[in-house]
Amino acid sequence: MVDFSLWDIFRNLLLATRWTVVLSLIAFIGGGLVGLVLLVFRLSKTPGANKLVGGYVQLFQGTPLLMQLFLSYFGIALFGINTSAWVAAALALTLYTSAFLTEIWRGCVNSIPKGQWEAAQSLALNFPEQLRYVVLPQAVKIAIPPTVGFLVQVIKGTALASVIGFVELTKAGTMITNATFKPFLVYSCLALMYFALCFPISLIAHRLERNMNRGRQ
Amino acid sequence: MRIDLDFLAVLSQWPLLLKGVGWTLALTVISATIGVMVGVACAWSRANGPVWLKWVVGSYVELVRNTPFIVQLFFIYFGLPAAGLKLSPEVASIIAMVVNLSAYATEIIRAGIEATPKGQIEAAMSLALNRMQTFTRVVLPPALKKVWPAMVSQIIIVMLGSAVCGQISTEELSYAANLIQSRNFRAFEAFIVATLIYLVLSMAVRHLLNWLGPRFLWGR
Repeated sequence: MVDFSLWDIFRNLLLATRWTVVLSLIAFIGGGLVGLVLLVFRLSKTPGANKLVGGYVQLFQGTPLLMQLFLSYFGIALFGINTSAWVAAALALTLYTSAFLTEIWRGCVNSIPKGQWEAAQSLALNFPEQLRYVVLPQAVKIAIPPTVGFLVQVIKGTALASVIGFVELTKAGTMITNATFKPFLVYSCLALMYFALCFPISLIAHRLERNMNRGRQ
Repeated sequence: MRIDLDFLAVLSQWPLLLKGVGWTLALTVISATIGVMVGVACAWSRANGPVWLKWVVGSYVELVRNTPFIVQLFFIYFGLPAAGLKLSPEVASIIAMVVNLSAYATEIIRAGIEATPKGQIEAAMSLALNRMQTFTRVVLPPALKKVWPAMVSQIIIVMLGSAVCGQISTEELSYAANLIQSRNFRAFEAFIVATLIYLVLSMAVRHLLNWLGPRFLWGR
């Protein structure tokens, strides 16, 4: 039997970390784009848009991410498309992220005083121009801290992709445990890895938030 | 291409689903009750405790908030037996949920405690209430009232997170869905049904907690 040293465990977990990072980035960027489209759709005051996006948000916030992953995995297969865990995980996490981000950003846009919209309107800017030149530049400033904070949520969410067979950090940890029979050690290392990924981001989000509040006082 | 869905095959297994719902709710109720109490204790020690305790609680909160729930669960269920502590899946699930919820609850409640005006504490002291009485009678009720919406959301997040507990064979709702789909191969339908039940549960629990809070936690 091959013996695993502590370094072997650590090295293998480190190698798996990149897939966690890649999946997080795909979900975060994809979710950001979809979330932005949903946000604009909602702000455009198209009849029914508010209800539709609101329902979408509630659907994703009111159901477990694990179920969303399973549905994506078996749902794509239903259309006769051969799915990999990659596609299913990326799709589910993108939609999940988009629902949360669009809701976070809506709050930020809503905190812009109504007078700003009206002033932009009175300057004869049309809707895209109002968004582009007046509202979004101000909203982005407010949106950065909670958005960075949500990235931590996304990274933790990718851990669930291990359940549908996506080999990332958690799955690698389970596999190493099965090979080494050292669950205590491996899961401690695993938690440490996630902590090393997430804690700096939490700190940055916290600092950004504090700086912003200081600027306002 | 034709997609045929057969929801009856899933719904006919309703006793399994019902049992799953029961377990999910039981896990949520137990862990929410204990989790909020632990959260209150931790929030108190972060606000008033000695320096070393503040540090311990602070590290606990950050450690839990920056690691995924599934890793915490696996650590408790698979990791701890290696250290000599063997747990049943149900107990491990409850411990993991309590550990997870109380870390978030600590931060939520602390925000409420910090918002207490200083004059109220001084007024309580001048009425000869001791520190414990001041905390439980004067500081805590309005603090809980202020942060209750955030608390309710967090409890629901933990309830939805409990879907992961099926992975260590706790027989909650997602486990029931998995069991059903392994029997009749109607995976998509089984998970759709389970997802919709979760959606209904999360809405019902939100209403219930919003109703319970004012009546039992701080009085109207």
